[in-house]
Amino acid sequence: MNIHAVNISKRFGAFHALRDVSLEVKEGELVALLGPSGSGKTTLLRVIAGLEQPDSGTILLNGEDATAHSAAKRRMGFVFQHYALFRHMNVSGNVAFGLQVQPKATRLSRGEIKDRVAELLKLVQLESLANRYPTQLSGGQRQRVALARALAVQPTVLLLDEPFGALDAKVRKNLRRWLRKLHDEIHVTSLLVTHDQEEALEVADRVAIMNQGQFEQVGKPEEVYDHPATPFVFDFLGNVNLFHGRVEAGKASLGPLEWAASENTEQWTGPAVGYVRPHDLEITRDKSGNGPAIEAKVMQISAAGPRAVVELKRTDTGELIEAEITKARYQELGLTVGEVVFVKPLAMKLFAGTPAAEGTTFDI
Amino acid sequence: MRVAISVPAQTPATRAKIANGGLLRVLLIGAAFLYLAFFLLLPLAVVFAQAFAKGAQAYFSAISDQETLSAVKLTFIAAGIAVPLNLLFGLASAWCITKFNFRGKNVLITLIDLPLAVSPVVSGLIFVLVFGLHGWFGKWLDAHNIQIIFAVPGIVLATAFVTVPFIARELIPFMQSQGTEEEEAAAVLGAGGWQIFFRVTLPNIKWSLLYGVILATSRAVGEFGAVSVVSGHIRGETTTLPLHAEILYNEYNFVAAFTAASLLTLLAVITLIVKKFVEWKTEHRNESAVLPEQA
Repeated sequence: MNIHAVNISKRFGAFHALRDVSLEVKEGELVALLGPSGSGKTTLLRVIAGLEQPDSGTILLNGEDATAHSAAKRRMGFVFQHYALFRHMNVSGNVAFGLQVQPKATRLSRGEIKDRVAELLKLVQLESLANRYPTQLSGGQRQRVALARALAVQPTVLLLDEPFGALDAKVRKNLRRWLRKLHDEIHVTSLLVTHDQEEALEVADRVAIMNQGQFEQVGKPEEVYDHPATPFVFDFLGNVNLFHGRVEAGKASLGPLEWAASENTEQWTGPAVGYVRPHDLEITRDKSGNGPAIEAKVMQISAAGPRAVVELKRTDTGELIEAEITKARYQELGLTVGEVVFVKPLAMKLFAGTPAAEGTTFDI
Repeated sequence: MRVAISVPAQTPATRAKIANGGLLRVLLIGAAFLYLAFFLLLPLAVVFAQAFAKGAQAYFSAISDQETLSAVKLTFIAAGIAVPLNLLFGLASAWCITKFNFRGKNVLITLIDLPLAVSPVVSGLIFVLVFGLHGWFGKWLDAHNIQIIFAVPGIVLATAFVTVPFIARELIPFMQSQGTEEEEAAAVLGAGGWQIFFRVTLPNIKWSLLYGVILATSRAVGEFGAVSVVSGHIRGETTTLPLHAEILYNEYNFVAAFTAASLLTLLAVITLIVKKFVEWKTEHRNESAVLPEQA
């Protein structure tokens, strides 16, 4: 099913949860709604499911206005953050519920329901736990029961609200791979809410990044990661180093650094901030050679894992810089804490203005 | 409504410390038992001793007395109407208070508590003022030959009034703690309002509901103040068991008075046993809810 949310606004008292947002999810697509808590992503999901009425705006399902339809009528699969399993029913009972409450005319027979439940439990690999109660299951098992329950009614849309939020890192990783595989098998249009950028980038066909009730950017994972449209997106999708300076006549001067401002160069004059990912920073011993660099003192090195993360302090401004280099480069340099080195960005994204505070957006 | 008394787990060290103060321990436990014996067991024993003072035959003839039987009947009629009424009201109010947001919610919660705050005698007087011969509707009721005060309907009304809070107050905190996620899940899965109520909400609250019913029933059976005001004390017609016991006592008919009292006491004991069972059942369920997670 094709979902089209058009100009949705929703307030809770004084809190503006959604400000005139629009989003289209195409048939068979898996889209992730990504954002910090309070950004409105869960509200949008609940509006689409029919659990919340928007103050204004329309929900089109396959082009048809479904804004006034009840949650029951929309027939979407919804997986809740805290599973919301029926605690007085066992696993089979939970999965069968959606089939049992159908009107008599369309309801399957007892035998058919039983077969369907068995089939679904096999799909989520829980056949052996059919008679357990929710309290007797682990978090990951509960989540899979919730998924099977949602899939039982053969929904045309699957909505997942932080489905892996309450699970530990390892289970999370396994489950999201499994979810992606499942999606590739059954091709149900899916919308996933998450605050974990790694999860969104790994699982989704497209990622919609939300902040303060609005979309910052919607695009393919590599698109939003490599070409963030706003400073917020840049900041939210990974660690970042900021270099403050000015842009004039197509050239940015950020302390000792010089950088060509490629976008809107003619009109653009004023304060600017360069955003650099830790892995886009190069550490060298000598200043001479390829252009100006920033002098910094090595404060801390953590070399566990495949890459070495080096924390440095600028000698001119005292600001901290985080650089991530390969293990090989790290060994080649033989860095020690306390020594002074030179840092140079290999790639940078320039945004105009001065950031007011961390995590807030500002206009370009 | 429910008071949970939890005894903190004793470490061997604290237990040893308590055990060392042997005399103090004996004194404290002894005092507690003496207190209980004096204020609970002794009156209970007196009730039965007085009831059987003139032998079992006098006791059973007092029970089979026409007026006693009709008092028992009236007591059950009043409770039998008041409790189901409050069951419906308690369920409905708890459902809308905990699952929806609306204006005046806090007013409703406060009103539910009103019968607990007002003296039962005052509640009885209110009914007399409203439905009595000189009350607001008195003339109209009299003209249509409907008698509420000094008749069975008044007793039922008074009983229903004083038992309003019990079921609702038991359900509201419990349903609040459960949230609305399961209901939402059911709605998304295609269940209608009644299906959600009977298949999801009701099974989750059944033990709390039963507990509230027990509390309301014991209060309905034992209510004296409000019922006394509206009853008119017409023997064999408008006397419930507590009223009947008082009338007999005032007539120095001690055996019969204590026989009626013993019936009330028996009802209380049965209620306590059922209550204990329900408590055990709810606790048992809560225990299973916090089973350690198996990975």
